[in-house]
Amino acid sequence: MKRGQKRGEKQEDGPGPGPGPGPGPGPGPGPGPGPGPGAGSSSTSCSSSPQSCKRLRRDDLDEPEQKQQHQHEEQEQKQQHEEQQHKEQQEQETYNPVGGANWVRLPQEILLQIFQYLPLLDRAFASQVCKGWNQVFHMPELWRCFEFELNQPASSYLKATHPDLIKQIIKKHSNHLQYVSFKVDSSTESAEAACDILSQLVNCSLKTLGLISTARPSFMELPKSHFISALTVVFVNSKSLSSLKIDDTPVDDPSLKVLVANNSDTLKLLKMSSCPHVSPAGILCVADQCHGLRELALNYHLLSDELLLALSSERHVHLEHLRIDVVSENPGQQFHTIKKSSWEAMVRHSPKFNLVMYFFLYEDEFGPFFRDEVPVTHLYFGRSVSKEVLGRVGLTCPRLVELVVCANGLRPLDEELIRIAERCQHLSAIGLGECEVSCSAFVEFVKMCGRRLSQLSIMEEVLVPDHKYGLDDIHWEVSKHLGRVWFPDMMPTW
Amino acid sequence: MTNSYKISALFVHVHVVKEAGYYFFLANLSIGGVVILNTGGLKKRTAHLVMVVNTIHWFRKGLRLHDNPSLLDSIAGADSLRCVYILDPWFAGSSNVGINRWRFLLQCLEDLDASLRKLNSRLFVIRGQPTDVFPRLFKDWKITRLSYEYDSEPFGKERDAAIKKLASEAGVEVTVRISHTLYDLDKIIELNGGQSPLTYKRFQALISTMDAVETPAETITAEIMGRCATPISDDHDEKFGVLSLEELGFETEGLSSAVWPGGESEALTRLERHLERKAWVANFERPRMNANSLLASPTGLSPYLRFGCLSCRHFYFNSQTSTESVPPLSLYGQLLWREFFYTAATNNPCFDKMEGNPICVQIPWDRNPEALAKWAEGRTGFPWIDAIMTQLRQEGWIHHLARHAIACFLTRGDLWISWEEGMKVFEELLLDADWSVNAGSWMWLSCSSFFQQFFHCYCPVGFGRRTDPNGDYIRRYLPILRGFPAKYIYDPWNAPEGVQKLAKCIIGVHYPKPMVNHAEASRINIERMKQIYQQLTCYRGLVCLCTQLVSCSSSSAGKIHSFICVRQSIIVT
Repeated sequence: MKRGQKRGEKQEDGPGPGPGPGPGPGPGPGPGPGPGPGAGSSSTSCSSSPQSCKRLRRDDLDEPEQKQQHQHEEQEQKQQHEEQQHKEQQEQETYNPVGGANWVRLPQEILLQIFQYLPLLDRAFASQVCKGWNQVFHMPELWRCFEFELNQPASSYLKATHPDLIKQIIKKHSNHLQYVSFKVDSSTESAEAACDILSQLVNCSLKTLGLISTARPSFMELPKSHFISALTVVFVNSKSLSSLKIDDTPVDDPSLKVLVANNSDTLKLLKMSSCPHVSPAGILCVADQCHGLRELALNYHLLSDELLLALSSERHVHLEHLRIDVVSENPGQQFHTIKKSSWEAMVRHSPKFNLVMYFFLYEDEFGPFFRDEVPVTHLYFGRSVSKEVLGRVGLTCPRLVELVVCANGLRPLDEELIRIAERCQHLSAIGLGECEVSCSAFVEFVKMCGRRLSQLSIMEEVLVPDHKYGLDDIHWEVSKHLGRVWFPDMMPTW
Repeated sequence: MTNSYKISALFVHVHVVKEAGYYFFLANLSIGGVVILNTGGLKKRTAHLVMVVNTIHWFRKGLRLHDNPSLLDSIAGADSLRCVYILDPWFAGSSNVGINRWRFLLQCLEDLDASLRKLNSRLFVIRGQPTDVFPRLFKDWKITRLSYEYDSEPFGKERDAAIKKLASEAGVEVTVRISHTLYDLDKIIELNGGQSPLTYKRFQALISTMDAVETPAETITAEIMGRCATPISDDHDEKFGVLSLEELGFETEGLSSAVWPGGESEALTRLERHLERKAWVANFERPRMNANSLLASPTGLSPYLRFGCLSCRHFYFNSQTSTESVPPLSLYGQLLWREFFYTAATNNPCFDKMEGNPICVQIPWDRNPEALAKWAEGRTGFPWIDAIMTQLRQEGWIHHLARHAIACFLTRGDLWISWEEGMKVFEELLLDADWSVNAGSWMWLSCSSFFQQFFHCYCPVGFGRRTDPNGDYIRRYLPILRGFPAKYIYDPWNAPEGVQKLAKCIIGVHYPKPMVNHAEASRINIERMKQIYQQLTCYRGLVCLCTQLVSCSSSSAGKIHSFICVRQSIIVT
């Protein structure tokens, strides 16, 4: 009962351990009930009801901070904790009637481990058990990582992080934060709230920052200057940012300059797809100065020969991932081309890098693409793509590992697939959406790729039976060539 | 197995029937009201044991006289039979169910009444709520026996448990039989170790190890009725007649005739037509859509299966070709999907919700009433979507691939609105929307459960164009666009001004502009889906090729890292 109540309350203001129950039959990926304060309570002196615990917790959180917890003091503090704990142990032992297991004796490291598995609210309850546990509750290790969930009841079905908790974190633990993400719903208010928090993170040293729009991108609706000033607070104060995800935001060139000026030695990951205020020069400045950059995600309009050359300069570490979104702003848009030599320079410098390209183009916009060899490894076509373009993919993408085609025209993709199987020797995953394929071409494709196809997905309804194979045969044939049981994807009929 | 039941739940019901000069002993050994043993036919001359058996058969779904085993059981040995349907007119008027669905139901009831008249019986439509109605009926009609078809849905199970309790308090014996599904769903779950199977393949595998489908029960005829009579009062129509749409509070002026007329007779005619069509087998093997299959078919059966005007077993056994004992899967696949969702839902009262539903992935859907209204009313600016919504509203049925198109558009494809909202609109408009099947299909199509691939969204332009290149379907349901040439009919906003003028339809004036940029929306939404699925540790696709960054090697940062790092793998299975 008690536990049930806690769980219920957890949803109210606690950032849970996971995104809730998954599709499995179990109760979700959350950690199981750890050795919480309820178990073996005979040795603990405090066993308040959840209500009083909650009140106590609030009192505790509101209590003004007595000592500034700077990073260099952590060690000292730990020792203090231990001493205090020791004292308490002795006290407790004197009136422990059973004299068996004593919870207070648990070493702080173990407690810390246990606390790390508990959802925030359970941790708060546990912190009411005794002073020792309370000290563990405030240990910096438990506040390194935090996910702010900013949702409005009018625009989201999900619960938000409680404002009081946000206040307390900023007040007490902002200097401990290292990995922070903001999950923001589609409302401007939520994006606004995220900016407010960001601008208060003045005394923290973040390593990871993610701004995530969970529905429609709402950061774009903010006044640009407001967003930039909040973001640059973190850029200026952190000085050790390693991973930054700011997709779909109004970030601009000057703010990237601030980022580079303060974090150029540490930046390893930058995700900024669909940031319309950044120019090719802006991103070039990042690539020129952040030599440790390993992962980069951006839109095609920011991609230039200069950028690729900067990323493959000698001073630069090997790139691991480059993700490019190719999106057309208006139908019939003309796209620039990238020189073959620039791609070759990239491959020479970073032979193992992944080039991930997402295409969201109309069929007639593919003109400049796949004319020369391109070192793409992961290719996603979000809209209908012509047989001709897919034919070119087979000729120009020798490094291809994964291919997704969401739709194609009216004629089946037969010879194109065969050619891809023939030329793309590393292809190991393929997904076909609304793409008609004749059964025999499909079987032939699978036969050529064989067991290296670890992912193979096609909807049953687009497989066209022919003289050689029907729909019932194809499952057997494909399974045979893959060496495992395989079925086409099904959609419910009702 | 009986050990697990308390003895109080186990009772032996004995009653004796006089027929043709003999006395039959009918002993029903039942557990919790479900007959598990029937030792009918013990001859014994024990005249002094004779008692009167007055029975009620309660119709809910299963609105038919063919393959209705609980009704058949109820009649056996009964002196009187009253078939009731309980309907609360006040509730009906205020419910979310639309006029087409009510009309279908009322037509089913009228047809049932007509069929019962031929057996010198009638249908009693009782106004009220079951829990209020039954104690009164038990008393007024001196009822000793109640029968109804087993309802597998959580709400139905709860309701039936309450009625069963009322019945046992009134000393009324309850007979329940399974006939809405091919199989006993609890047996499927038992076979799967106590859990509902969560993939269709797993479900099919379980089905293949089940006992053969039970043959349909005999159709109720005058012979079967035998001496079982229905007391009918002179004011029957007044008191128990089938209600009209007006009585339920619907405006019927200008209502066009039903494209899908309700009722068992219509269902059986359709099945016959269905089986006569030689092309049918081929059709079913290819569940693909063309311009023709988008339209309501005179051989379509799904609404009839939903209301039980057509027995799924009757359908199943009639699909058999003469050479095989079991019909080919492609012929009854539609029945299995139904079965699959009923099984998934039967023990999950939150099956129609995201919150608290253990099989539903928690997705941060957007709340956006304006966008939802545009979708529901067919004002999205995408002719393909709007035509489907118009057909749904006017006729109450759309092709299953058309359902996929509009469901994908509302949820993960374009609008990022919760599947629950779409499900509610279907509940109002779709004739064959059943609680389990409707919610299950929506979860499926929105990739909220059942381990779906989410890399592909149906394109609201291309999908329609491929299906019906000429655009006749659009012109039929959206006459305003009639003047557009096929080239532009799926994306009229791209038509040059001259073409729009010639078509007498200016986009943005006479027909709305598209409410979203599909390319942009699908780009954003595919990212969202990836984020969500990557965080699900129990999702088996998580072994995708994610590289760990040195900066994120700390375990506490793993979670944040999981959606910040560049995941290149697009396919997550």
